[in-house]
Amino acid sequence: MSKEKKTLLVVKDLKQHFPIKTGGFLNKKIGAIRAVDGISFEVKEGETLGIVGESGCGKSTTVRSIAQLHRPTSGDVIFNGLNLCKAKERELVLARRNIQMIFQDPYASLDPRMTVRTIISEPLVVFNKRGLLDKKMTKLEIEDNVERLMERVGLNKAFKNRYPHEFSGGQRQRIGIARALALNPKIILADEPVSALDVSIQAQILNLLNELQKELNLTYIFIAHDLAVIQHISTRVAVMYLGKIVELANSTDLYINPAHPYTQALLSAAPIPDPEIERKRQRIILTGDVPSPDREQPGCYFQARCPKRMPWCTCHVPPTFDLGNDHSVACWLYDKKDYSKISEEDAQADSAKKKNNI
Amino acid sequence: MKENKQPILEVKNLQTYFKTDAGVVKAVDGVSFTVGKGETVGIVGESGCGKSVTNLSIMKLIPSPPGKIVGGEVLFGGKNILALSEPELRQIRGKRISMIFQDPMTSLNPFLRISTQMIETIRLHEKDVSKSEARKRSIEMLTKVGIPAPEARLDSYPHQFSGGMRQRVMIAMALSCNAELLIADEPTTALDVTIQAQILELIQQISKDFGTAVILITHDLGVVAGMCDKVCVMYAGKIVEEAYTSELYNNPAHPYTNGLIESVPRMDAKNKGKVLFSIEGQPPNVIDLPPCCPFHPRCHKTMDICRCALPPTYKVGDDHFANCWLYASEEEKAKVMADVAKENDK
Repeated sequence: MSKEKKTLLVVKDLKQHFPIKTGGFLNKKIGAIRAVDGISFEVKEGETLGIVGESGCGKSTTVRSIAQLHRPTSGDVIFNGLNLCKAKERELVLARRNIQMIFQDPYASLDPRMTVRTIISEPLVVFNKRGLLDKKMTKLEIEDNVERLMERVGLNKAFKNRYPHEFSGGQRQRIGIARALALNPKIILADEPVSALDVSIQAQILNLLNELQKELNLTYIFIAHDLAVIQHISTRVAVMYLGKIVELANSTDLYINPAHPYTQALLSAAPIPDPEIERKRQRIILTGDVPSPDREQPGCYFQARCPKRMPWCTCHVPPTFDLGNDHSVACWLYDKKDYSKISEEDAQADSAKKKNNI
Repeated sequence: MKENKQPILEVKNLQTYFKTDAGVVKAVDGVSFTVGKGETVGIVGESGCGKSVTNLSIMKLIPSPPGKIVGGEVLFGGKNILALSEPELRQIRGKRISMIFQDPMTSLNPFLRISTQMIETIRLHEKDVSKSEARKRSIEMLTKVGIPAPEARLDSYPHQFSGGMRQRVMIAMALSCNAELLIADEPTTALDVTIQAQILELIQQISKDFGTAVILITHDLGVVAGMCDKVCVMYAGKIVEEAYTSELYNNPAHPYTNGLIESVPRMDAKNKGKVLFSIEGQPPNVIDLPPCCPFHPRCHKTMDICRCALPPTYKVGDDHFANCWLYASEEEKAKVMADVAKENDK
């Protein structure tokens, strides 16, 4: 990767909070679920950014906020020089032509009453009607396009008049991919596209996505909870925990030198299909569950489950430290100063002092 | 599989069919395997291959109609479970054989406190245990599975627990009567990686401490590699390969097993960036399967014989069995082909 690639997407301090309301007449806001809480990253053209994390850590919300399916609470999403969070309706629609999504559940993401042809051609028809395509397309051209797309993703074009229920899970995911490709997008946001599929089908879909990327110079943001899948497909990987990115690095680097204790635990917990390796491996077993994201915490969000916790972590939120080689991590272990000797009282006092200053 | 370990469960030629409007679904068609005392046996396969039906059949939990166990034997401690009456079965279910299901939310009763559900299980099977004793034992079990503050948590409702905690409650309940055999049907599929590691560790620990035999059903080859002594690979209602874990991963004999292992992306970076091996096509519809190898349309080593006859089981190594024509001798294949030709002429 010596060539300098263009940056396609910049996400800056993106926050997506969902209000918790009392309901009823007053419907007061009593809090917020901090689904995504201040994340920043960049995606270069032609690369794949993988996002991993446990359920509820905000992976899906992140990509939905990028596509502006939820209007973000604050922060910026800059796509190709255009700030989507502040863009006008028409600009946004135009930009969305280049941002497409593939969803997790191939059963729920296809309308059961539409034929495959209508599903795949819908984006084209809609954009064509509103005159947003480069050049008006005739019905015949759209038809040709649908057939070409179906063949490209490995579906028999004779099936275009069939309904989604007549297809298996893997084939439906192919329909979803064809629909996403219909408008020649620059970036595809794939939200767990292989999690619902069987192993043998999963490999087919991963291979297809890889081929398409090479052929069409696509950029992916790829979400999965399976670490092996993420490593296979990604150039860079972001590890999320409770709405924050705790580690961001090149995929090879991350898997060889995981820095954050959470990443280390995740990697050690993921099973490897090889009995010899699997039996010799030392697992870091995390205790406890992911806490609820409904309130801001004074310290590191991971500290309650962290095996390397220091008193300092309970009351200081870690900033992002750069480890060089495009590897950044949000953990106090990587600051120049050694915090491990600081006692509980001193740490609390320091945190109180900082609060007073503000 | 001849082993020193005494077998606790023997499944012999089990056949479970479902009658549907479209035809007879042979969900399980001639499955045989044994589980030794304290052994962990893994059953792997893709969705719809009959893993779960096999294990529901062992407990005789198949809803009938439409399902029916049409043949075979399930010997548990020398007795054929399939021939037992309902009251006799109830003595075994939950006491000597327990099950953990995939989704811990739907397998706990949302209206009842954990305490009610746990005490019920214990008192149902051990009539002389008093309520307070049962409660004490429940607390002990919850402590064993690592639930913090078990005295207080015992009176919670299922929805007050997280997914991982619910699965722990299920395990505690399943083991509260010292079951000899635990059937875990995809116990970690609904859980996150870190929680999955906790639960698997727990099952392993408990199997060691109590000498419980475990049947682990899963589609994750990584989980099997770490947990099981022996593995059965299922495809379209049949066991296509059976071997000890390390033997299976090092020398997979059946092309399907080989494909499965090769098609999983691996974290130890052996196939990073390369095209994954993929098994083309999809699993077959198990309605009216023709009498041939069910895997042949997807197999990369298909021969003529695969299209016209069902392969028998061959011994390919020490305690390693595979159902594939690749291991038949030339004479045998020629004979079978001749028989098939004769049959067709008729």
